[in-house]
Amino acid sequence: MSSLQIILLGVFIISTLVGYFLINNVPSLLHTPLMSGMNALSGITLLGALVAAAVAFKGESTWLSGIFGATAIITATVNIIGGFAVTDRMLKMFARKGDKHE
Amino acid sequence: MNNITSYTYKSTPMISDLAYYIIAAILTLTVLYGIYLLSKVSKARLGNRISAAAVAGGVILTLLRHDILPIWGVYPCLLAGIIIGYIMALRVKMIEMPQMVAFLNGSGGAASAIVGGFALMGIGADAGVFSRVAATLALEIGTLTLMGSLIAAGKLHRILPQKPIRLSSHRVIVGLALLVCLVMLVLSSTTSVSLIVLLVVPIVAALLFGLLFTLNIGGADMPITISLLNSLSGVAGAISGLAIGDVLLVSVGSIVGASGLLLTQIMCRAMNRSLGAVILGNAATPGISSGKAKTSDIEEDKEEETAIKADPHVILAEARDVIIIPGYGMAIAHAQHQVKTLADRLQENGAKVRYAIHPVAGRMPGHMNVLLAEANVDYDDLCELDDINSAFKTADLAIVIGANDVMNPAAREAEGTPIYGMPILNVDECKHIFIFNFDLKPGYAGVENPLYQRRSGVTLFLGNAAETLATLLSALKLS
Repeated sequence: MSSLQIILLGVFIISTLVGYFLINNVPSLLHTPLMSGMNALSGITLLGALVAAAVAFKGESTWLSGIFGATAIITATVNIIGGFAVTDRMLKMFARKGDKHE
Repeated sequence: MNNITSYTYKSTPMISDLAYYIIAAILTLTVLYGIYLLSKVSKARLGNRISAAAVAGGVILTLLRHDILPIWGVYPCLLAGIIIGYIMALRVKMIEMPQMVAFLNGSGGAASAIVGGFALMGIGADAGVFSRVAATLALEIGTLTLMGSLIAAGKLHRILPQKPIRLSSHRVIVGLALLVCLVMLVLSSTTSVSLIVLLVVPIVAALLFGLLFTLNIGGADMPITISLLNSLSGVAGAISGLAIGDVLLVSVGSIVGASGLLLTQIMCRAMNRSLGAVILGNAATPGISSGKAKTSDIEEDKEEETAIKADPHVILAEARDVIIIPGYGMAIAHAQHQVKTLADRLQENGAKVRYAIHPVAGRMPGHMNVLLAEANVDYDDLCELDDINSAFKTADLAIVIGANDVMNPAAREAEGTPIYGMPILNVDECKHIFIFNFDLKPGYAGVENPLYQRRSGVTLFLGNAAETLATLLSALKLS
């Protein structure tokens, strides 16, 4: 294992712990928006999709990898945009009484 | 990190290693700050936007770092994803939120699986053992997430049957699929197997596992399933990040994985189910005897049978402290607006109205809160199980709207039934109970609710909750 890979494993463990304790504070009232927000974040895999697709698009690989690369970018982007937008819509509804409602 | 021989390092990146890691760390902290804000109702929207901005930053950072900017092919794909995602988010109804989340989980899982597959082919990753094993794991978990999410979304959207579907040798096949996944992990560390086998076999095994696992999930276990799939989509992203050596993917992916895991735990606790039982499909077998609790209650109530049936309108008019218990039935009947109207009328009449929200009411964590918020219910009126349970004794009236298992007193006594030991809302302690349920059939868990048999204090309004509530509302003249 390279030093980068050891660092990555460390990041994996630390982020898991920090995330776990941070999310423990979220009231159950907000669990649905929390979940859809986290869901949007899981689309972060877009970063990997971009890197892989870029190689495929450069013509170093077959057309099949091009299709897979494009699919990965599209599905990950749908995940991110759809997730954040829908979370925003939900949180807007949790406005306090007296605030302007949708 | 010299032995990372990914292609990307061959070209001169526009951003130095140091700058890249510093920016990645800042973006991770930004995401964490966004999540922190998400725990406060007033700041939650801002928090969500901050997280979104951090992800956008991550995309730009990646484009620069890996010299992707001039590769025009990625832009139409990004644009297509943005348009599809945005239109879906605008169009989805609040009631459809569980299947929307399930679907999005699946699309994230698909992307992670593809990234894993590419990494296994050496695209974006080196050929070392660590990368290959991580790539295979990402491929497996991503595929499992995709398949499981699609089935879950299909069930939630009522395209697929709600009842658990179970094959005769279910456990054996699930176990075999898992075993194959593990074996492929080991094989991927060697170079003895051809690439095509390394790619295809894990996909098939993970598809099978995902399919069987979610087909066997019943409606009421959905909150657990969705939380778990949510966790897995994060884990798949994080592990694909390990495979391609992308620190942002690892950090953000594991935060998502942890959050989903925590929600899964909360849901399991709220249903008194173990995660293993849900995954392996030791499904709550509906229809188990519930006789014990039932008969004892009926006998008890025979003495009270003579009790005078009070006029529901009088009870409503006199109630000063009212607790409303919503359930999935309210969601399918779209009755949340009628519920809000009823609450408004009661409040105008001087009553205090609160909502008791069981953690697993509905089909995903927090489902009821979103539906009630949609109907403009003030979130201060929404109470969690532990906070409100002692209030049922003193309340004048409990109004149940399409909820059953979460307030079934049999959970306390009926040993051996699926809901035994599950924390419930103590509706039965209330003086007067109105139940707006579709019929008197047992809830998902298949355990008869003794409250239906009770004569005193319980008034049943059977049928579509939106209609029965409307009828009551039109006849209601509060003094």
